Amino acid sequence: MQMRAVLASRFFSLFVLAAMIGLLPLAFPSGYYFRVAALVWISALAAIGLNILMGQAGQVSLGHAGFFGIGAYAVAIGPAHLGVPPWAALVLGAALSGILALVIGKPVLRLRGHYLAIATLGLGVLVAIVLTNESRWTGGPDGMPVQRLVLFGWRVAGAETWYWVSGAVLLLGTWLALNLTDTPTGRALRALHDSEVAARVVGIDVAAYKLRAFVIAAVYASVAGSLLALMNSFITPDQAGFLHSVELVTMVVVGGLGSVLGAIVGAAVLVTLPQLLTVFREYEHLVLGLLIMLFMIFLREGIVPSLRAIFAARLRTRAAG
Amino acid sequence: MLSRRTLAGAVLLAFAFATPASAQNTVKIGTVLSVTGPAAFLGEPEEKTIKMYTDKINAEGGIKGKKIELVSYDDGGDANKARTFATRLVEEDKVVAVLGGSTTGTTLAMIPVFEEAKIPFISFGGAIEIVEPVRKFVYKTPHTDKMACQKIFEDMRLRKITKIGIISSTDGFGKSMREQCLKVAKEGGVEFVADETHGPRDADVTPQLTKIKNTPGLQGLVHTGFGQHGAVVTRNVRQIGLQVPFYQNHGVASKSYIELSGEAANGVRLPAAALLLAEKLADNDPQKPVVVAYKQVYEKTANQPVSTFGGHAYDGFFILIEAMKRANSLDPQKINAEIEKTKGFIGTAGIVNMSPTDHLGLDLTAFKMLEIRNGDWVEVKAGS
Repeated sequence: MQMRAVLASRFFSLFVLAAMIGLLPLAFPSGYYFRVAALVWISALAAIGLNILMGQAGQVSLGHAGFFGIGAYAVAIGPAHLGVPPWAALVLGAALSGILALVIGKPVLRLRGHYLAIATLGLGVLVAIVLTNESRWTGGPDGMPVQRLVLFGWRVAGAETWYWVSGAVLLLGTWLALNLTDTPTGRALRALHDSEVAARVVGIDVAAYKLRAFVIAAVYASVAGSLLALMNSFITPDQAGFLHSVELVTMVVVGGLGSVLGAIVGAAVLVTLPQLLTVFREYEHLVLGLLIMLFMIFLREGIVPSLRAIFAARLRTRAAG
Repeated sequence: MLSRRTLAGAVLLAFAFATPASAQNTVKIGTVLSVTGPAAFLGEPEEKTIKMYTDKINAEGGIKGKKIELVSYDDGGDANKARTFATRLVEEDKVVAVLGGSTTGTTLAMIPVFEEAKIPFISFGGAIEIVEPVRKFVYKTPHTDKMACQKIFEDMRLRKITKIGIISSTDGFGKSMREQCLKVAKEGGVEFVADETHGPRDADVTPQLTKIKNTPGLQGLVHTGFGQHGAVVTRNVRQIGLQVPFYQNHGVASKSYIELSGEAANGVRLPAAALLLAEKLADNDPQKPVVVAYKQVYEKTANQPVSTFGGHAYDGFFILIEAMKRANSLDPQKINAEIEKTKGFIGTAGIVNMSPTDHLGLDLTAFKMLEIRNGDWVEVKAGS
């Protein structure tokens, strides 16, 4: 009974995550592990945002890497061309992504199903094209270097440092997302996810809530993009490309739609698997595809919700027995 | 059911983490290449070449008795992935040197890792930014776009062509070469009177070419951009009856370019590496034995026509191997010092002479000026 209360607690995910971020480094033999883990935290941040849109509001975005790219290039272009300090460029990038999502989202979110997916796809492709072609500003297809982040005289560099910085930002992002779940906005979004018609009938302003979710998701992706660019101190336009958009969607679906922890697990799977599978050499992509298929067949609701359901069922049978 | 599945997962993870115990008698060399993805046409022949010659050297007893252990990663053309693999090579695999970076983007993303770890890194990326400014541990083997421009302008100057047009593709290569050409135009003694671009997948560029054709005083035309659309531009140039001398670039230099262009290719000139001529090189050309041998070995083993890109990998691999032999040590810094001292190395791209201020080591003589006649390459004397 007590176990179930813990599992059901809103902040269960947050506790698990904080413990993981704190304890994982004890098992890390080298800086390479810190880097991979930092990449997981950054991708997870973008996935959590996308999950608010996909899992809670039930809207698909196939152009989310576009916002990721805007955030990344904001911290690249801001300091290099406009003299804006990197941290301010991160905030500006997030604001720009939010405003763009607001302006674009208004007409686009009136569309439903496939039309919405195609419209967001177009948005992502457009951002990627601009980043590739405006080479005077963005360095073109070969990418551009990014200045190091300096906070109060502290030069943020090195895989281990970035592990802690990205981990902290992820915790903050997770906390905000979990809080959102139990606000009127969160409840409205879930109602909308279950049935748009029913939600409208009970008086929910469907369009406004969809738009809100879209803007939130864009800001999350933008911040994640900025973090990646600052960590790598180099950025190329493929971070804004279609393939990266698909990768983000896959993270959310594999991890579990609607579950904040699921988005993090999905990111962890998609970032670490390619690293683990290098032993298969030429068959790497084949095995990756196969594994994702297996995940989708056996854990249909996504990894976290499926495992949670199995775990809860066990607890119930034990209590009954 | 669940426990069995968990078990299977655990076994898979354990298998993935277990790296083969490396014997003391090996030396580890890393590669990060774009073997899959949009840049696979670069990475694939590069990896094949390196594997092929690693096997050959190991079969012959290795480098001074030490066998080469190749640690190869595929970045799929993604700069972020390349950066992670670079970290892995340094921190986990502890390699003594790294070959690769098939593209400029992946190379630039990896440079900070190797500079910090002080491990020599020989890239196969095209752009000049890789070696300018010179970085202590970074080298590259392909000619730069700037050299291609200079070679073309040299030929133009001798043919008394001064007012020229440029049509460039908007992909990375086409863009970078256009910028370099504009930069060296003045010292090359030419003036650009027309400047048009086309998309990398355009099936027709006659509007842009017509605009160039109508530019008064036009005496010549250059195209920058690589791959198959070089043939599209070539065919269009002939279709609209643009008669001025037309120069292509080293990025289209492959047999398929001639096949796709057909008749239109005749009379086109382009700067290219000796590898393209191979058997047709003059007998006294010092590069002839090297490129002919590489071509034969590659075509026999890989079962596909040789490409300049594989040639870049050949050059990088042997510059490294020879430096390792001279260094007689597994210390990356000592190997690096020897790479920098490379002199008179005969590769597929030319004769390489490195120095502390030049980490490319090629000069304009590395490029041959070729003309296409009757569907084949012919070397022409500059200005003839």
